[in-house]
Amino acid sequence: MSHRGSRVLRLDALARVEGEASLHLAVRDGRVTEARLRIYEPPRFFEAFLVGRGHGEPPDITSRICGICPVAYQTTACQAIERACGVTVDGPLAELRRLLYYGEWIESQALHIHLLHAPDFLGHPSAVELAREHRAAVERGLRIKQAGNTVMEQLGGRAIHPINVRVGGFYHVPAPAELVPLTERLRRAHDDALETVRWVAGFDFPDAEYHGPLLAMCDPGRYAIDSGTPAVMAAVAGSNGPAPVRALPVEEFERRVVERQVSHSTALVSELDGHHYLTGSLARYAVSGRWLHPSALDAAREAGLGDPATGAVCRNPFRSIIVRAVEVAHAVAEALRIIDAYEPPSRSYVAVPPRPATGCAATEAPRGLLYHRYAMDADGTLTLARIVPPTAQNQAAIEDDLRRQVQSRLDRPGEPPGDEELTALCERAVRNHDPCISCSAHFLDLTVERG
Amino acid sequence: MESDPRPSLAVWKFASCDGCQLTLLDCEDELLPLTDRVRITHFLEMSSAEESRERATLSGAGPYDLSLVDGSIATAEDVGRIHHIRRISRRLVTIGACATAGGIQALRNFADVEEFRAAVYASPEYIATLDTSTPISAHVPVDFELRGCPIDRGQLLEVITAFLAGRKPNVSGHSVCFECKRRGTTCITVAQGVPCLGPVTHAGCGALCPAYGRGCYGCFGPMVQPNLEAMVRELRHDGMTERDIVRVFRTFNAASPEYGPVPELAAQEATEPPAEEEPR
Repeated sequence: MSHRGSRVLRLDALARVEGEASLHLAVRDGRVTEARLRIYEPPRFFEAFLVGRGHGEPPDITSRICGICPVAYQTTACQAIERACGVTVDGPLAELRRLLYYGEWIESQALHIHLLHAPDFLGHPSAVELAREHRAAVERGLRIKQAGNTVMEQLGGRAIHPINVRVGGFYHVPAPAELVPLTERLRRAHDDALETVRWVAGFDFPDAEYHGPLLAMCDPGRYAIDSGTPAVMAAVAGSNGPAPVRALPVEEFERRVVERQVSHSTALVSELDGHHYLTGSLARYAVSGRWLHPSALDAAREAGLGDPATGAVCRNPFRSIIVRAVEVAHAVAEALRIIDAYEPPSRSYVAVPPRPATGCAATEAPRGLLYHRYAMDADGTLTLARIVPPTAQNQAAIEDDLRRQVQSRLDRPGEPPGDEELTALCERAVRNHDPCISCSAHFLDLTVERG
Repeated sequence: MESDPRPSLAVWKFASCDGCQLTLLDCEDELLPLTDRVRITHFLEMSSAEESRERATLSGAGPYDLSLVDGSIATAEDVGRIHHIRRISRRLVTIGACATAGGIQALRNFADVEEFRAAVYASPEYIATLDTSTPISAHVPVDFELRGCPIDRGQLLEVITAFLAGRKPNVSGHSVCFECKRRGTTCITVAQGVPCLGPVTHAGCGALCPAYGRGCYGCFGPMVQPNLEAMVRELRHDGMTERDIVRVFRTFNAASPEYGPVPELAAQEATEPPAEEEPR
């Protein structure tokens, strides 16, 4: 291992992360001296080629950053550009946008829970093998996933890279009758989601705790997904009481969250006020848990996550699978509420005339907080694009988590763990964070240096 | 597993958003029945089984009866990897715009990659990447190319079942216009003057955009033998500027050779005097 490999460099822009990762772990005299998650997905340069495009193009273009959460990119891009142009999208259009986002949430979280994460707890390499023993559970997961995809297909045209999203709203808004067929499927999905919460709550969870700060959107009164202000829940300081939460106005995001380039990864690594931090389901549950839909909140309490209204926070990354299942139940219940209350808007979009300005926005992708900023000139030509995806933000926290978990295993009395056991432990630790589908999906090339 | 009669299927990823391989997992109703008929032996997105880990070593696993390849070639390492995958695959099918046409990341082919690198990374010397993003067919022979950004789920299942049955996939090369007619959608160009790439774009999506009141933006890439000259003239007639026309073709299938003449066609039109109202 070269010393150069750990050098940290200053950086002022970021990379696309989407794909595969390897891990480098160094152990010397029983101590973990290095745990590096290496994301080697080839760079795709989205921020560079967005410059020079029109201000209506980012929703379609940035959706191609991620096939698993295209709506997160579309929604965040729309909001950033609308903010730059001084336009507010509210009422039924905002509700429809949220409905589309819930569709993605249901699909993406169900995918992670059933196809990627659950096999770890039950000792199978994939959902196909898992289905031999737990066919009903896998089929239930696929049904929930399909319900999410159906919402995206109906409202967005298709589940991957929806075509019906534009800056200011939609190309076509559905008549209420077009949404009605979704309700039956979603009602079934709600029962299925609650069943999934009970299922995953029964898994065996190793002891583990993430101690650092948690970052999620906060919109008092609702479980924030596409609205609110980023908020930081401070690191645990040895007390059992609720940790303080402080706002991080989205306009200050790039001042507080500094991205650095490290030589071992094409992903940029973020630090919040100089510390690694975690975004995603654990952070959302900590910040907004008390505002979950009542059925999801009840399910969370029954599943042993504690009561977020009294300050209960889940910091065990293994238990993120329960939080995700609760979030699916919430998203399904909310999708049903929106459809029930839906009255079509008079226009499918609000006009968003360009002006020389800059705008930024953040929303909650299923994997965590996603930040966009765009600058444009008078005719709407983009002069700058900045995108900070959740994976880049979580990378340092994941490495810290890996270091702790491996060290804790090494410190246990008895026979020292072999490479195979450490590999399995590391893979599980990475998948807990759902960093992106390929990273989280059962592939890690582990090298262990022992000295 | 030697006695397993099911043919083997591998899914490989190169530079992409993962959406096209995700399409396989989006076959919720068909996924488990499909695994009764094929052995999915390499699919990192889905399985951590030992035989699924060939990415690490590229040593000896396979051969695979059918390899699906998602993503474009954008690094020197990946050039070697695709050659190896070709050697261990009886049939190789590319899925999606990245693998079939270089993808959106092929926009670098029209720019200075050094500038791109420096725009995104503070220390660009750590970033190993080729100056181009190229389709799989630029490197190895390909048995079939499935278009789309993303691909269509129904077409993917057709391609897999066709190869398993030893027949040619029933995926025709006609334009999106055919699908609009089949769907019964009123032509939005004729009725509303909305610019639409439907006449030159490969079918497969089911003519989604026009059904949602939006002009086709060409995410399935060129149809067989597109008439670009007529298309560019029509787009200009419908109000698109030269810059708009070049941009709309330079998105998800930017490096498709069929689109090569577009900038010149768009510029030629721009220098002509304003056209009289043309008969349609």
